[in-house]
Amino acid sequence: MDKRVTFGGWTLPYLLLLPQVAVTAVFFFWPAAQAIYQSAFIPDPFGLKALFVGFGNFSFLLTDPFYLASFQTTAVFSGLVTIVSMALALWLAVMADRIIKGSGAYRTMLIWPYAVAPAVAGVLWLFMFSPNVGLVSWYLGVLGYDWNHVLNPNEAMGLVVVASSWSRISYNFLFFLAGLQAIPKSVIEAAAIDGAHFWRRFWTIVFPLLSPVTFFLLVVNVVYAFFETFGVIHTITSGGPQQATTILVYKVYSDGFVGQDLGSSAAQSVILLLVVGALTVIQFRYIERRVHY
Amino acid sequence: MSGMVEKRAAGLWLTHAGLILGVALIGFPIYLAFVASTVTQGDIIRPPMPVVPGGHFIENYREALVSGINAPVWQMLVNSMVMALGIALGKIAISILSAFAIVYFRFPLRHVFFWLIFLTLMLPVEVRIVPTYEVAANFGLLNSYSGLILPLIASATATFLFRQFFLTVPDELAEAARVDGARPMRFFIDILLPMSRTNIAALFVILFIYGWNQYLWPLLITTDPEMNTIVMGIKQMFPSGDDFANWPVIMATAILATLPPVLVVIAMQRLFVKGLIESEK
Repeated sequence: MDKRVTFGGWTLPYLLLLPQVAVTAVFFFWPAAQAIYQSAFIPDPFGLKALFVGFGNFSFLLTDPFYLASFQTTAVFSGLVTIVSMALALWLAVMADRIIKGSGAYRTMLIWPYAVAPAVAGVLWLFMFSPNVGLVSWYLGVLGYDWNHVLNPNEAMGLVVVASSWSRISYNFLFFLAGLQAIPKSVIEAAAIDGAHFWRRFWTIVFPLLSPVTFFLLVVNVVYAFFETFGVIHTITSGGPQQATTILVYKVYSDGFVGQDLGSSAAQSVILLLVVGALTVIQFRYIERRVHY
Repeated sequence: MSGMVEKRAAGLWLTHAGLILGVALIGFPIYLAFVASTVTQGDIIRPPMPVVPGGHFIENYREALVSGINAPVWQMLVNSMVMALGIALGKIAISILSAFAIVYFRFPLRHVFFWLIFLTLMLPVEVRIVPTYEVAANFGLLNSYSGLILPLIASATATFLFRQFFLTVPDELAEAARVDGARPMRFFIDILLPMSRTNIAALFVILFIYGWNQYLWPLLITTDPEMNTIVMGIKQMFPSGDDFANWPVIMATAILATLPPVLVVIAMQRLFVKGLIESEK
């Protein structure tokens, strides 16, 4: 897509681009290139010189049980976050779509969690489930269940999944609601006249018509769970217990900053770059398809 | 006939009940945080904690704002505000200029620049943590507002949004400006900028929240508690040992950290929804 009418001159457009290109070069491309470069070295403990190892860091990572476990953790975590937050959001959106009077008030009361930072969401959920003061964990104790996510890996995973899903529901809700409202009412009324029940109408007509929105949300929620949940993990579990909640992004951070293992951290960054690249391509293909109709 | 209406009315009540349940469940964590910010430490460390607000609202919030734990929370609020405004306004400014260049000019390497900007989508700060930190450190940007803002300021999304919008602006406007002998920047300031008002406002809401809620980057580059942002500063308020956390003050801080972005979303709801849905296209 190009404009028919344009202005002449070369200097002005370069000047206009300069701020963005400068920031991008200094803080995006240079560090990314550094990550690729550093991934081929192992720095000595004093940081004086680095030993060239080629793909050594990568072959080490791909056979490292901790790294492979982190991949698996990330897959479980992002799968659960995506399913939980999308299912709840769809349920709420279907109900909000049925309401004609007062739907604006419900929308307001359902969208504000979007504005709560994932790190703050982590603190809120940590507080409710804290083993020594949490209200929910106390009542679970009354019911005979001894909650302790600090020691129990499955409970830790459950808690970070719930907190991450909670902070994502509003986003998914808004997209599902917009998708539902875009479906022509005449299509649904026609099915209602034919005597189809609500749930039958939903699964045979509404849900298939929502599939572009659903697919889009699947991709962006996986991206969210991969990259934007660092705050939740850091505030609730710090990756523990026994690395049960160490997702890939958390591992880049803990190996690079806490463990000072720069070569490995750089190699992990490069692997993550490939993951984001693949996800972006999927997202972009989808965008192109949407432009066509 | 009346049977059918009754059935529909019952269904409607059920829908309302379901939505109210959803609203209550989603609101519960923040309600409980608010309750915790109005009671004493003693009320909390002897569980179960109360579920209705207590009478210590003013003293807890005053303690958080004035003294905090590592740094006064008012200071962290100022830092967050500077960072969020800097990121939102900075992103909008550099993106609208580069979109103008790409749409309204023909110059060598135009497509290369377009793809370079596009590629930044694939480089979130989370995947280039250590090297970006090193660059910021080399420029002396640790513990500074520029360090909090600059590395997060380039945005492919905002550039695309403005590009899409400019492509829908009728060619006749640029044509008329050219015939009148207007310089490109006059056209930009007098015509394009005013036409982009709604897009700028919608984008501002989204980017303000994005900037306010940053966590990993401030965690890396602000080691001085006086430079902490409120969102990252909360975690720093927890004691490292087995001591009880000062929950009333921490929860007051969590509420204060949440209030500005939530107010922006609620007050500018229409623009927020527009910005959210369009910036993802």
